[in-house]
Amino acid sequence: MIEFKLPSLGADMTKGKLLAWHVQPGDRVKRGQVVAVVDTSKAAIDVEIWNDGVVQELLVPVGDTVPVGTVLATLRALGNASADATAKMAEKAPTKVATPVAVPAAPERQQDMRQAIAAAMSRSKREIPHYYLAETFPMQVAMDWLQQRNVGLPITKRLLPAVLLLKAVAVALQRTPALNGLYVDGQFHPGAAVHTGVAISLRSGGLVAPAIHDVQSKSLEQLMHDLSDLVRRARAGSLRSSEISDPTITVTNLGDQAIEAVFGVIYPPQVALVGFGGIVTRPWVVGGTVCAQPVLCATLAADHRVSDGHQGALFLAELRDLLQQPQTLAEGLP
Amino acid sequence: MTSDQETLSAIVMTLLRAIAPELEPDTLNPARPLRSQVDLDSMDWLNFLVSLHERFGVVIPEADVARLVSFNDVLDYLAGSSG
Repeated sequence: MIEFKLPSLGADMTKGKLLAWHVQPGDRVKRGQVVAVVDTSKAAIDVEIWNDGVVQELLVPVGDTVPVGTVLATLRALGNASADATAKMAEKAPTKVATPVAVPAAPERQQDMRQAIAAAMSRSKREIPHYYLAETFPMQVAMDWLQQRNVGLPITKRLLPAVLLLKAVAVALQRTPALNGLYVDGQFHPGAAVHTGVAISLRSGGLVAPAIHDVQSKSLEQLMHDLSDLVRRARAGSLRSSEISDPTITVTNLGDQAIEAVFGVIYPPQVALVGFGGIVTRPWVVGGTVCAQPVLCATLAADHRVSDGHQGALFLAELRDLLQQPQTLAEGLP
Repeated sequence: MTSDQETLSAIVMTLLRAIAPELEPDTLNPARPLRSQVDLDSMDWLNFLVSLHERFGVVIPEADVARLVSFNDVLDYLAGSSG
């Protein structure tokens, strides 16, 4: 028998309210399928199940608030051929579920969200000994390459500088794995892949940083599609639990505001946060002469329990070098 | 403003408010830079341009994007493209 427990959907989450079930007893479910909608203090999240199986019993009714870790439902593992054949696949949209409880009204939601952010950021500063590094990168080559690439492309296929930055971060992390992963119970667990949390501000106020998965192996086109979809869903309040719980690092402020640099607060249990300021034209020395060039200030906040300034510096140097060869970042890996 | 211009203005405002629902049309100065008055990041701006493309069929090549600074610039660009 498999227990489907309420996962923690954020550093600050202690409980969640069940808003809707998308399955019923007897339904067959696949790993990754959305089976329920849970309200955290930040948003209504589509919760995915991590096992294949057949739903046996729904233990928590719609409307109940339960602590993280509570068993929400039980499943039977697949393996009984005749029983599996008769169990039907749960339909994508529920045909008959109990009326979902309404999500909190906007001001209440905003206050909840503010409190959740406060809890997470306070915890971060209490527990994580942060160190900070900054470096300014020349960006002429990268911006020229992007512009060349965008010429002749329809507006729907245009690449933003943000995806180049995200890809470069993911590739650079492969050189310094001590910046990519989770610190849990006194131990660092390096991430097998780079699932990059992207800090997205919500128009109503508040901030979420859901993950784009496997950034290191995606093409820039794929990343543009994924980022655009993620931002849309984050603002519409329809994120998936794996996007909330899976980030192995976070990137903030992808150059849109005209600030010079951002020194951020790491989202626990991650161990690093990469910040980007605006891409601005500044004097720069090339071949012994001063010229005007677009430049970008990249910053790294990192957990000193897991890495030292030396690794942080290697990461920023690698990031800088990758952005001087943007064509190497274009394609995805098979 | 002619009624055609009024219609165009209303449609573009609707598209803009689809991305920035908190925008009050009366508070927007159409001659001043749009992005300094409305909180639009690069993704929002791209989505706005895509919505113009989908609604009006304008191509908006990369070279033209820099010309679209104020609300009036957008209206002029759209009027110019169809003329």
